Amino acid sequence: MAFEYAPAPESRAIVDIAPSYGLFIDGEFTEAADGKVFKTVSPSTEEVLSEVARAGAEDVDRAVKAARKAFEKWSALPGSERAKYLFRIARIIQERSRELAVLETLDNGKPIKETRDADLPLVAAHFFYYAGWADKLGHAGFGADPRPLGVAGQVIPWNFPLLMLAWKIAPALATGNTVVLKPAETTPLSALFFADICRQAGLPKGVVNILPGYGDAGAALVAHPDVNKVAFTGSTAVGKEIARTVAGTRKKLTLELGGKGANIVFDDAPIDQAVEGIVNGIFFNQGQVCCAGSRLLVQESIQDELLDSLKRRLSTLRLGDPLDKNTDIGAINSAEQLARITALAEQGEAEGAERWSPACELPESGYWFAPTLFTNVTQAHTIARDEIFGPVLSVLTFRTPDEAVAKANNTQYGLSAGIWTEKGSRILAVANKLRAGVVWSNTFNKFDPTSPFGGYKESGFGREGGRHGLEAYLDV
Amino acid sequence: MSDRLSVFKTYKLYVGGKFPRSESGRVYEVTDAKGNWLANAPLSSRKDARDAVVAARKAFGGWSGATAYNRGQVLYRVAEMLEGRKEQFVREVAEAEGLSKAKAAAVVDATIDRWVWYAGWTDKIAQVIGGANPVAGPYFNLSSPEPTGVVAVLAPQESSFLGLVSVVAPVIATGNTAVVIASEKAPLPALSLGEVLATSDVPGGVVNVLSGRTAEIAAPLAAHQDVNAIDLAGADEALAKELEIAAADNLKRVLRPQAVDYFETPGIERMTAFLETKTVWHPTGSLGASGSSY
Repeated sequence: MAFEYAPAPESRAIVDIAPSYGLFIDGEFTEAADGKVFKTVSPSTEEVLSEVARAGAEDVDRAVKAARKAFEKWSALPGSERAKYLFRIARIIQERSRELAVLETLDNGKPIKETRDADLPLVAAHFFYYAGWADKLGHAGFGADPRPLGVAGQVIPWNFPLLMLAWKIAPALATGNTVVLKPAETTPLSALFFADICRQAGLPKGVVNILPGYGDAGAALVAHPDVNKVAFTGSTAVGKEIARTVAGTRKKLTLELGGKGANIVFDDAPIDQAVEGIVNGIFFNQGQVCCAGSRLLVQESIQDELLDSLKRRLSTLRLGDPLDKNTDIGAINSAEQLARITALAEQGEAEGAERWSPACELPESGYWFAPTLFTNVTQAHTIARDEIFGPVLSVLTFRTPDEAVAKANNTQYGLSAGIWTEKGSRILAVANKLRAGVVWSNTFNKFDPTSPFGGYKESGFGREGGRHGLEAYLDV
Repeated sequence: MSDRLSVFKTYKLYVGGKFPRSESGRVYEVTDAKGNWLANAPLSSRKDARDAVVAARKAFGGWSGATAYNRGQVLYRVAEMLEGRKEQFVREVAEAEGLSKAKAAAVVDATIDRWVWYAGWTDKIAQVIGGANPVAGPYFNLSSPEPTGVVAVLAPQESSFLGLVSVVAPVIATGNTAVVIASEKAPLPALSLGEVLATSDVPGGVVNVLSGRTAEIAAPLAAHQDVNAIDLAGADEALAKELEIAAADNLKRVLRPQAVDYFETPGIERMTAFLETKTVWHPTGSLGASGSSY
């Protein structure tokens, strides 16, 4: 049964996007040294939102110098004073939450329902959480007076632009480091709005520097000799390149990379809840999530029942205007990402997997990909091995818990996994065997600032969130 | 003084609980600090390194799955066995490092005490670095440390016994398995340690000891796709950089070389360097407003 929905668009009047933005260095917006700029577009309409200065190596150097200069005073501040700056930032984010949600939806293409109810509340919560740590570091288990590292170079992805900024900046500042952060080239705007929030909060100049730009700026930042700490979230391939770059230096490195999460559904699972979890696991943020449950491992005996339910549910998902409050599936972030998803899905078909999508009309402009499900997938298929980073679910089956575990672990990645069963001892036994940093049992894609997040194997190393997240920014 | 001719020991590798020679058939001369010949040690090859990784991987499931209490008992047993062989190790350490007998004895005492220290950590580290996370929602959320997997360990070059144990014990205390490259110049204490481990209830393959040229053995380990981490304690600056670059290929956890006084009580960093944090979520459900559902 199909429901009709009247449009319920969130107003974009709440956000005022300037026609152009500079780099944010030493507390000032400034042009790039070479004057280069790039355009950022709304992925749902391809409308140009703004023109943004593009950082180059010279700008990186300028920003690192500013951060170095600011480090001395910032790290010497009493933790209680640093805490109050972070509390201020958290509060201003809450005050401007709706504005930032609309902005993020425009620049990223994800549904307003997600930016409003997931991204922004988590961003504010993250700053609140780490604000409280700033004057309690001696109790964190890293010695009586753990010291900051210095200047942190941080490179973040486009899938959760402001949330990834929060994950990077909040613990760095709480521990007394100063930062130079490069947002992704397709989603620079929320980081630039954050720069304005830093100014409103009265944060000392140079403590936070924002350098919109491309991979070359990220590479220059990571390689800069006066950077003490490198934190990167993004693809495994780039993560490896960064690991090679910092080899032989004293830079501390944390990496949060790709994944190919297994969502394991046992025959005694509550089917309706599992279906909601599967949908959330792979279609949240159009599947552009490093911890997405992109491999569904379903026990053979309930395969038909589960897939029927799942297909019925997928047919009710609403794809379209990300600013519409009813929208479940927004736009893919960029033409490049859409091309990658498209190519991998085609490869899935070519290798013999069976493709299915619900009837789903795609808007004419913008970057869109219908929710897609592949059955008859084997472990050898590319779509069961490579991270697709899109709304594409590969379905595999298993008969025994041992087989489920073996298949779940048969990947270079180790970021997330899901387990669906009513049997508590099975949850614990399977969770124990899974080589993944986050295991969601009878739920999926839950995040919290107090909960450490990060991968095993080639999903990276180090943890973000919780007490554990402090270690990445302390000289321990 | 009897004029009885003594029996020399053939020093062999320790891999998968057995004592093979290098598959290459090669040996190299090991001398004391003054250059006098002590023994011919196996000169391990790339193939020996790969065999050791296979043995370490095979042992990982059982060792990481053993209870922490059990691992503690096993590690303590190593200390017991060492205590009984103290004289042998005092002689080997004195020869290897050119120390007086008194100094060598102090080294061996400290080494045995180091095993005891780490034996006591096995069932405490999870409580110290793991725990419940107070998430803002109806979820049970618990973080626990888990061993990273197979760890390649380049033992320190100078401290051939205390340094060796100080880098190997933390790796296996937490449930990892190890492929250890002994000090290149002074491998004999490490090879003898293999004999102690073999008689200490340590399952075969949990610790594998290779002797030879550090750089030659370390290169295939750093590049090995089934090695999860590498401790570069025994690498010089140039080798450490080269190995760290190779290790990036499968994102091994890398512990860089640093100046360490092995006589000092360590921190927990050598354990946490080779631990992963796993966080498990589960809904807590709701009892309703009155809390009287049960």
